[in-house]
Amino acid sequence: MSLSILINVFIRDFRKQRKRMLLTLIAILWGTLSIMLLLAFGEGLRKQMVADQRGLGDGIVILWGGQTSIPFQGFGKGRRINLHPEDVQYIQHSMPEMETVAAEYIRWGAVVKYGDMILNERINGIYPSYKELRNFRPQMGGRMINELDMQYKRRVAFLGDSLQHRLMPNVAPEDAIGELIYINGTPFTVVGVMEHKLQMSSYQGPDEDVVAIPASAFETIFSDPWLDNIIYKPKSYDDIERVKSRLMEVMGAKYRFDPTDEFALNDWDLMEQAKAMYNMMLGIQIFLGILGFLTLLIAGVGVTNIMYVSIKERTREIGVKMAVGGRRLYILTQFIIEALGITFLGGIIGMAVAYVMTELFKMIPLDSEALAMLGRPTVSFEIGLIVVIILGIMGFLAGLFPAMKAASINPTEALRYE
Amino acid sequence: MISMNNICKVYETGKVRFEALRGIDLDVKDNEFIAIVGPSGSGKSTLMNLMGCLDTPTDGEYYLEDERVETLSPNQLAEVRNKKVGFVFQAFNLLPYASAYENVELPMIFSGMKGRERKKRVTDLLNRVGLGNKMTNKPTEMSGGEMQRVAIARALANNPKLILADEPTGNLDTRSGAEIVKIFHQLWNDGRTVIVITHDMSIANQCQRIIRLKDGAVFEGNGNGTQFSQQRINK
Repeated sequence: MSLSILINVFIRDFRKQRKRMLLTLIAILWGTLSIMLLLAFGEGLRKQMVADQRGLGDGIVILWGGQTSIPFQGFGKGRRINLHPEDVQYIQHSMPEMETVAAEYIRWGAVVKYGDMILNERINGIYPSYKELRNFRPQMGGRMINELDMQYKRRVAFLGDSLQHRLMPNVAPEDAIGELIYINGTPFTVVGVMEHKLQMSSYQGPDEDVVAIPASAFETIFSDPWLDNIIYKPKSYDDIERVKSRLMEVMGAKYRFDPTDEFALNDWDLMEQAKAMYNMMLGIQIFLGILGFLTLLIAGVGVTNIMYVSIKERTREIGVKMAVGGRRLYILTQFIIEALGITFLGGIIGMAVAYVMTELFKMIPLDSEALAMLGRPTVSFEIGLIVVIILGIMGFLAGLFPAMKAASINPTEALRYE
Repeated sequence: MISMNNICKVYETGKVRFEALRGIDLDVKDNEFIAIVGPSGSGKSTLMNLMGCLDTPTDGEYYLEDERVETLSPNQLAEVRNKKVGFVFQAFNLLPYASAYENVELPMIFSGMKGRERKKRVTDLLNRVGLGNKMTNKPTEMSGGEMQRVAIARALANNPKLILADEPTGNLDTRSGAEIVKIFHQLWNDGRTVIVITHDMSIANQCQRIIRLKDGAVFEGNGNGTQFSQQRINK
């Protein structure tokens, strides 16, 4: 019976204060919608940023030569340390902690020709493991540089998607496979075009503009004596500082520099950057959540207001209940439940609207790079749970103070109330 | 049943101090039918509120069924009101959105009575007051007399020994009022103590004894309306 009375009271109050109740419900709906959308878009943005961060590479460290700053074993400081092709095998054999080691050459200002189109572009001599290390993934119909290309120093090229479009404006990516291009007069066969990816950072220009050829072929054409970078990925990132120290020891043994000399070799740890990015995005997401919460809080004030009005109008009813033996706890509980009822009713509608809106947004084609950076808003289970908990706490607090006032009413005065 | 010693009730609002009851000494035995009469402002309702534990005295001692009640906590007072006292008000004070059944059931819910037992008891009580066919009716669908009968059924919900009625016929026509008084007589005959506040001397004269209040103090009369001087009331 109690539940039916509660529902009856709720409906009766709704009818008596239709406009005020409706406005309160709309406020809760709006507040819930705001917090849901802010959290959902924040989640989508965070995921997109993290994914974009991986555009350059996931869990990799980029290493390049430096200059010694500490005298060591008879060598003075200021000595240039350059990386050599054999360093790749050397590191791989000396350090079981490494999952993959690769290297690259970079040559700027090479002449790249296709038909009448001539461009000045950057050429990268790369290893096949770039596919995983640096997310050089080919579009359907093509492939990346492979081990056989390396072994036989094949004249094959893997093109960035933007570069392919600029070099071959009238050729679809899938039709570029097998076409001949000329790099500094040397013919190369296109074997693949890169899948488009969003890339937050780079160290040599965006990967979408790359012309990548096998490192072995690069060596024969350009005769660069040194590598530009070594790229490695440890098996586990948990002990990365130890791996870095060990690498310095290994390379220091070969190149005769002090392993503690942090200027002898330079590195860029993408994982550290990814962590920083994750934390920053999490901070942004929390900030957005706080904004949404503050909006919802205002709606909570509306619930408190309507509860106070309701209690005032039902003063006599409260007195009657006390007169027939209703304890203060019953009165308190009744009004808190009513406040929670209003809050959750508005909240559920708000959550449903937010879900529909995020699903509709996902249907918008992401032609614009700006929209693509925004990512896809995600109403996850965790977000739903957070919002439900916030609604519960808010509804409880919104009802608590009016309920305490109701429970402290003097029954004799309440019974006289007109 | 009731023993009141030097009961005082003072209301203080800012600088204004009003003595509603001044040193009331009053004993009520089991199974008495008492009318409380007096002019407006004499303290009748205040006295009844104290008797029914709706309020607590400023000073004095109050024993209800040998239990001292003026020092009880709010929850304990609620328990007393639920189990030992049944109230009937002039304005009926039914929950407007609840049916007759639900109104009568309310004190039983507060007492923790189980559903099946509640159903039987509510049905019996409403039949007893002649409203067995109006269980689902809301107050707006009932006459004044019917509403007061529902209120009486509610007052009997947990079988209290003490029934307190504050001007129960005040809002009723003569015929309905007579029906209500007849029910009170029945309750008295059942062995309950019934105390009624009334302005109607025809109702007061039907009672076993009359307590007359004036300016917060007590006089007494018997069923014939004879007036006695202020004194300690014992039977």
